[in-house]
Amino acid sequence: MKYWMAFCGIVTRELRRFWHQKARLVSALVRPLLWLVVFAAGFRAALGIAIIPPYSTYITYDVYIVPGLAGIILLFNGMQSSLSMVYDREMGSMKVLLTSPLPRPFLLVSKLVAGALISLLQVYAFFALAWFFDIQMSLLGYLFAAPMLFVTAIMVGALGLLLSSFIRQLENFAGVMNFVVFPMFFLSSALYPLWKLKESNTILYYIAQYNPFTHGVELIRFALYEQVNVMAFVITLLTAVVFCGAAIYGYDPKRGMHNRKAGR
Amino acid sequence: MKKRLLALSLLISNGVLADTAYVTNEKDDTISVINTETLKVTDTIDVGMRPRGIIFSQDFRYLYICASNSDAVQVMDVNTHQIIHNLPSGEDPEQFALHPNNRHLYIANEDDAVVTVVDTEKRDVIAQIDVGVEPEGMAASPDGKWVINTSETTNMLHWIDASTQTLVDNTLVDQRPRHVEFTDDGKSLWASSEIGGTVSVIDVATRQISHTIRFKIPGVHRDKIQPVGVKLTADGKYAFVALGPANHVAVVDANTFEVLDYLLVGRRVWQLAFADNQTRLLTTNGVSGDVSVIDVDKLKVIKTLKVGRYPWGVAVKP
Repeated sequence: MKYWMAFCGIVTRELRRFWHQKARLVSALVRPLLWLVVFAAGFRAALGIAIIPPYSTYITYDVYIVPGLAGIILLFNGMQSSLSMVYDREMGSMKVLLTSPLPRPFLLVSKLVAGALISLLQVYAFFALAWFFDIQMSLLGYLFAAPMLFVTAIMVGALGLLLSSFIRQLENFAGVMNFVVFPMFFLSSALYPLWKLKESNTILYYIAQYNPFTHGVELIRFALYEQVNVMAFVITLLTAVVFCGAAIYGYDPKRGMHNRKAGR
Repeated sequence: MKKRLLALSLLISNGVLADTAYVTNEKDDTISVINTETLKVTDTIDVGMRPRGIIFSQDFRYLYICASNSDAVQVMDVNTHQIIHNLPSGEDPEQFALHPNNRHLYIANEDDAVVTVVDTEKRDVIAQIDVGVEPEGMAASPDGKWVINTSETTNMLHWIDASTQTLVDNTLVDQRPRHVEFTDDGKSLWASSEIGGTVSVIDVATRQISHTIRFKIPGVHRDKIQPVGVKLTADGKYAFVALGPANHVAVVDANTFEVLDYLLVGRRVWQLAFADNQTRLLTTNGVSGDVSVIDVDKLKVIKTLKVGRYPWGVAVKP
């Protein structure tokens, strides 16, 4: 019962914080909308999209990038939410929580789940806006996508949590953006199909293939068309588990990387 | 008896009795056979060289195929998928129309600037009518009075009186008219102009253009918008226009002539045919070598399936 109360407390706190940060929702939606409305319009004619699964006919570029833009919402929000731990663990609520008798892994996973739920809210708000730009999936597709979005959100959130265990100052967030978020996003199938990348650079193609974010995006893409990409699901789930495990290890005061790095 | 009828109606309503589409593959010298329920190619049949226009006899027993480079119209037995004989077609037959008498086939001979009229029973040429340069599109009016031919270079529709097999009038349309289609009531005629980028709607009684439809697709250069195939729904609601290298099919309100939507299909969409009681529309996409399937009620492209190289014409058997 105390676990449930603590879990609800963490989730409610994150939701409240999100609710009070209206600008955060707006900026989370503006970014993918800019991609969808401006970037996709510019590239609509330039990029020919062949018929690749899960699509059964030709699609326009804006239709193609919607799952990738859902992915970028998860990625940015996951990173932001997890990296806020850098601040939270020093002077925020997590400082208190991490010293509570509840197991630390439970607290960290609760924090991840809370961040993932907020990501999902943002993604569905984006889907609702995309609907008005004639990017419309079936109702079942939107439902199918929810668990896949959640798994992907946990994966990127766990990566953020792992990174936050290394970071001592919030100012280092810019480094994370440049060295983790952007390469992950651009070296994935979010903006262009991998066969297109293969045509111009084989090395980049293989890097993109081994990028777990690619599999998260493909998982979402297939789910939106009521299909399951089993390989993408397995890879995303396994990566999420590995990142979670590493983050929990990183936050362990006895063995953690943060501890060793700090020389405590 | 009632139970049997019920079972039959259920079969029909469930779409088990699917239509069969036949698609000519210009570069493969074959015909792809498609089950419109499963949307899969079920057979590929070898035919004459460069098959293009394709049409069924009214009882769907025979399939006429314009084998352009074989200089023949081939007749296929639909049950056996065997070519049973060739008809004397004149040189380079490209498109044709079957008169409502189910006997006279009007064939456009592109290289000779003539329309050849063939009696499909006697397998004889009964007339050759001089028309404009590069004749292409053909259509017979539902009442059998008129046969229309388009000539690509002369930019005209030629009105052939089917009772006398003579050319009686011409209507000037925009550049390179490719295809003509009568409305079900026979009162209007829709003609696409490939280079002109328009579709002209002609009043059959006066043989004058009553409306001209223009197309504009955001992000697509207007030179690429080249209307070719046209199909009109029997309920008079929609007209579908294949826009060639623009890779889109335009949906037109057949009453207001307003373009309602553009549907993305494969590359160089050419000819169209309805299937499954006009709930689906098939498009041949020449350059991408596939056929797209449009849900007519939802106005959405639901699938695109590979056929042979350069699919050109399509005909559907219920």
